[in-house]
Amino acid sequence: MSGTLASLIDGVLVGCIYGLSAMGLSLIWGVMDVINLTHGAMIALGMFGMYLLFSAFTINAYVLLLPVIAAGFLFGVAVYWIAVHWVIGRPILLSLLSTFAVNMIIIGVGTAVWSTSPYNVNFNLPGVTMGRYTFTGNHIAAAIAAVVIALALQLFLYRTRLGKAIRAVAENREAAELMGISSAAVLTIAFGIGIALAAASGALVSTLFPFTILSGSAYELKSFVVTVLAGLGKPFGALVAGVLLGLLEGAVTPLIAVSWIPLIEFGLFVVVLVVFPRGIFGGATA
Amino acid sequence: MKRLFAYVAFVLLAVSAFAQQTITIGFTVSKTGSLNVDSMEQYRGFELWRDQVNSAGGIKAGGKTYKINLVNYDDESNSKRVQQLYSRMILQDKADFLFSPYSSGLTATAAVVTEQFGKIMLTTGAAEEKTYKLGNRYLYQMFAPAADYLKTALDALKTKDPKANVAFVYEDSAFSVAVVNPAKAYAQQLGFKVGFDEAYAPNTTDFSAILDKVIASKATVLMGGGHYADGSTLARQLQARKAAMKMIVLLVAPDSPQWVELGDAGQGVMVPSQWEPQTAFKAQYGPTGTAFDKAYSAKYNTPPSYESAGGYAAGLILQRAIEQTGGTDTAKVAQALNGTDITTFWGRTKFATAQNDHGLQTGHSMVLAQWQKDKAGKPVKQVAWPPEAKSANMVYPIH
Repeated sequence: MSGTLASLIDGVLVGCIYGLSAMGLSLIWGVMDVINLTHGAMIALGMFGMYLLFSAFTINAYVLLLPVIAAGFLFGVAVYWIAVHWVIGRPILLSLLSTFAVNMIIIGVGTAVWSTSPYNVNFNLPGVTMGRYTFTGNHIAAAIAAVVIALALQLFLYRTRLGKAIRAVAENREAAELMGISSAAVLTIAFGIGIALAAASGALVSTLFPFTILSGSAYELKSFVVTVLAGLGKPFGALVAGVLLGLLEGAVTPLIAVSWIPLIEFGLFVVVLVVFPRGIFGGATA
Repeated sequence: MKRLFAYVAFVLLAVSAFAQQTITIGFTVSKTGSLNVDSMEQYRGFELWRDQVNSAGGIKAGGKTYKINLVNYDDESNSKRVQQLYSRMILQDKADFLFSPYSSGLTATAAVVTEQFGKIMLTTGAAEEKTYKLGNRYLYQMFAPAADYLKTALDALKTKDPKANVAFVYEDSAFSVAVVNPAKAYAQQLGFKVGFDEAYAPNTTDFSAILDKVIASKATVLMGGGHYADGSTLARQLQARKAAMKMIVLLVAPDSPQWVELGDAGQGVMVPSQWEPQTAFKAQYGPTGTAFDKAYSAKYNTPPSYESAGGYAAGLILQRAIEQTGGTDTAKVAQALNGTDITTFWGRTKFATAQNDHGLQTGHSMVLAQWQKDKAGKPVKQVAWPPEAKSANMVYPIH
């Protein structure tokens, strides 16, 4: 196997995680027009949620994804009613400030509790070796989990009444309310799902790399790139765009130093904003 | 009334005399952030030195006895905090002397402040040479300079595999770059092939892309790393990806007692070390290496790393200069430090005194340590090089 192919496979595996982490941001952005600046902090909380559960139970880390997702949903609902509900429909700056404040509170409390020293989830699955290259079991399992969660979300949004209600509110909130849909309930659930997705991606990342309470910010930045690539409010598009971003990383890393990757990614971010302002998948929202 | 005034004057004089008998030493510690592990170990070295000096009654100099008061703050591994805090310690806490923060990068920032105020700073955990070549007058380096770090490892490799293909993978920080640049030149001079060479961002946690490139380069030896957080992650991912290197030499991280937590991923890994408990120098001043090791292990329930030893040794060298001077006058203590040439448990300490490299360490030398298993299968760190200092034979290849 060539180094370039190995790099591309690594890119796809990590790209699935980028996609999952962007799905939550994309869903919230698309449904309620809120740029959720708590996203990075929620990813970090997902990492620590996995760490605490794994320390307590020491079972297969991927089983522990379920309680992390449930806790993320409940925490998201609480944050929605505390900090977001009051700014829905008001100037976007208010929701930016509100979610940024929540983000700072979480980071502050997290730093006080866990400091900014790195933590590890010491769980390892056997990897797959192809020639001189080995792909770790954790990378493969995390990528599979990300795709499964993304497909489940897609099914939920397109095949269930609640999912359709979320899409209806995203399309036209007033019309949805005229059809008897409670937009407050739908927005609460959508925000909860968005946070649950962020927490899930954080939990998966924690099985791959060491992390601190500040680690979510790197994935938040990638989430913005992925969301802009996919177009706002396209959760499944976000997964595809995440994989594309991972592939891009995999394709260019054999050619240039890894430290140049952020420059290329954010250059792409600007190009997509200028050339495809509605994202490469264009069209309407979730 | 006169008696009352006399009494008050006596009390004030007594209080003032008492206050003069405390020496305040300021420094920052990375209690949080990426430098946390190494910095805390250095801090424990300062702390043990203070406790031992104070419990022995203090430093006796010029007919007085000085107790040590350490003032420290968390710099969060952040150079902006270092700048603010060193100013604060000098201006508000009235520090008489300073110790450096941990790491070359933070020390370079602290040095700007201490030099500006004309304060002596003993640096430890700061090996990059550049800071000592800027015309500073009150900076004194305890560590052997960065250029020495991988020299020992390359010398050792030359005896085992003279045609090895070496990959340099290192943190893009002042210290690591200062270590690796001269090492690359030395590797080529020794006839090794430098098959791969790339720096990574300081907070890197995903080494997949870089390791793919290392494997593609067919390198058999990996040298580099930076500090604990990235070095331990790199070692874990090397093992997870089965990158079967014959020799792995990482900076700083494997010296920490915490390295045992890596399990098999940490086995065989080597670290250029400023000091190991096995290096038995004949101390002309202060405790022996065994006594230091024993006292440290008893206090902290973990063996000392070279960062801890460096912290303690910095205190020791300052103590000796104060004793020689008979007081705390900065100019006189600096003069005593300039003339220092002494062997302690830490090894030899001597500072350059020329204007263009004042304070650079010229006396201290390094060893190469390796994590091996003892007869009971327990991980232990052995001195593997140079031959005259080794406590066990070097294991090569490790895979």
